[in-house]
Amino acid sequence: MADQHAIATPAHPSTFTQNPIQRFLMATEVDTRLLGMIGALAIIWVGFNIFSGGLFLTPRNLWNLSVQTASVAVMVTGMVLIIVTRHIDLSVGSILGLVGMVMGVMQTQILPVQFGLGLGHPLIWCLSLLTGLIVGVGIGAMQGAIIAYLRVPAFIVTLGGYLVWRGAAWWVTMGRTVAPMDQTFQLIGGGPAGSVGSTWSWVVAVVACAAIVAGLYFGRRQRHRFNFPQRPLWAEAALAILGCGATIGAVLVANSYPWPVRIAENYANANGIPVPEGGLFISHGIAIPVLIAIGVGVAMTFLASRTRFGRYVYAMGGNPEAAELAGINTRWVTVKIFMLMGGLCAIAAAISSARLNAATNALGTLDELYVIAAAVIGGTSLAGGVGTIAGALLGAVVMQSLQSGMVLMGLDSPLQSIVVGVVLVFAVWLDTLYRRNKH
Amino acid sequence: MLDPSTPLVEMTDISIAFGGIKAVDHASINLHRGEVVGLLGHNGAGKSTLIKVLSGAYKRDAGDIRINGEAATINNPRDAKAYGIETIYQQLAVADNVDAAANLFLGRELTTPIGTLDDAAMESRAREVMGRLNPNFRRFKEPVKALSGGQRQSVAIARAILFNARILIMDEPTAALGPQETAQVGDLIKQLKSDGIGIFLISHDIHDVFDLADRLVVMKNGQVVGEARTSDVTKDEVLGMIIMGKVPPGARPGPGAIGN
Repeated sequence: MADQHAIATPAHPSTFTQNPIQRFLMATEVDTRLLGMIGALAIIWVGFNIFSGGLFLTPRNLWNLSVQTASVAVMVTGMVLIIVTRHIDLSVGSILGLVGMVMGVMQTQILPVQFGLGLGHPLIWCLSLLTGLIVGVGIGAMQGAIIAYLRVPAFIVTLGGYLVWRGAAWWVTMGRTVAPMDQTFQLIGGGPAGSVGSTWSWVVAVVACAAIVAGLYFGRRQRHRFNFPQRPLWAEAALAILGCGATIGAVLVANSYPWPVRIAENYANANGIPVPEGGLFISHGIAIPVLIAIGVGVAMTFLASRTRFGRYVYAMGGNPEAAELAGINTRWVTVKIFMLMGGLCAIAAAISSARLNAATNALGTLDELYVIAAAVIGGTSLAGGVGTIAGALLGAVVMQSLQSGMVLMGLDSPLQSIVVGVVLVFAVWLDTLYRRNKH
Repeated sequence: MLDPSTPLVEMTDISIAFGGIKAVDHASINLHRGEVVGLLGHNGAGKSTLIKVLSGAYKRDAGDIRINGEAATINNPRDAKAYGIETIYQQLAVADNVDAAANLFLGRELTTPIGTLDDAAMESRAREVMGRLNPNFRRFKEPVKALSGGQRQSVAIARAILFNARILIMDEPTAALGPQETAQVGDLIKQLKSDGIGIFLISHDIHDVFDLADRLVVMKNGQVVGEARTSDVTKDEVLGMIIMGKVPPGARPGPGAIGN
């Protein structure tokens, strides 16, 4: 092979004295912090499984966990960018509440009644979602502009927003709950119908695996083009196998959670399918909100690491003055970050209200704290400049796992809050230790 | 071709005040191609402020800036860069949390045809430039905060020369450096000078400035005390200008000169 010489990575002198695990970590260039979080998550899962008598690690619970995480997971990807630039957004829960309300009113009153679209008209869910996105992005733009151009601290602007948008959500219907949602819109929230089924889940798995392999290949080719040191081939293979294995495992779990017996029977009767002995097994597959959250996660990772916008976000977090002196329009970037956050709140609002099948003025209450906690547990530093989307998503899963696990164990809800609070502080302390030892 | 006697930069009667305090008071200064002008003065003499007006970090209250004889509009760092003005700041304006290549190209990233960051191309260019500047530099993958003072300084300098600057502003470029690295910066300045780049060198260190600058401008209390060719004055005379504002016979007095 022509590129043999390029593959031979100059061996670090200490390579020979390292144990196999250290060598593996070094060759694959895996982020050890992320790996530590995955380890912590594994411990939490196994621990809850033991203490809940085997209830935690079941397809049913894991599937539910994934759906419950989706809304916070969508928002946390934006919160990372905000915290990285040394800002904070306390208003995300209230924006979610208001946008949920607006979308609810759009699809139950304005579009079907005032515009006379028939119930279930396909435009209803499209236009409701679009309106929600516009409202979310608009609110974000306004808050961002006040922060960037009028120089009011983000903490204050979004603390104000926290009150304003919650009040506005109340005002939309004078506190009335709006329900039920449009049939198609409900699919965004998950449930048996709002899942893609086993066949499509496998399609997703194949696409994801192909993307992992292609990503590794193109990364390698790019490094070869400039003659940079490359990972050894076995390390690339290990990464590909781990990535694809995790994907396939997740799809296997999602596919082994069947529809509830009653719903499956109704479906069989409606479609003239004979029900076999012992009930009909229809897989849920991956839930639509989870697909949305994964899509958002991938898109946001791309945005953060592969675009100028993302580069500016991190540079501004590391040294705002240097970013300004380098000629970056830091104010406009700040506005864009908050617009993005508003849009993500709208997506999360769609997921939450569709899942509840109602818009209430309490929707999203306390979400801002869960979102910030997830970002911080995921390694985002409040001092700015540090944080990854993947870490924050893992943080969201950790938070939801804790809550879900404690419910399964039958812990009282005051105790649940106490545990979550203690874990948050403990996790950040561990992270501080880790960072201190690294340097 | 432009008349070679037209200054590269002409700053005339620049004034800027912060809350009633005149940081720079009717200061005029110019710079020619291939010339190093040393800007001297105490802390707070206004030299950094004056030069930040040129680099776009501050907006002047009054005065004119001409680049190549034409009036220039400089309202922010982006405008300044468009005129080929690059600055190496005293406080090392680097983003600590990203790597050297990201810092070199900050604000002017190389992108692939589809608009995404071309990290490999940027790293490759960074290796090339850093190799010229500091051949021992190897830590391209690490955030800049992991680097030594000298290495960080070479990142800051590399950023300034990467984009073919015509006018280079160096604000205390050797403040954070050891003797060997200081010598490297000196060599670099001579090299850039021979390329026809005009350099403003701001420093406390009168020895550095005497070695490198062709001309000296001394500031005190926001005003220009005087200017002189380096060969026409002694170090003691220049110290007298810096400390007391006393202008020696070899120098041309400015508005800040004693008895003026």
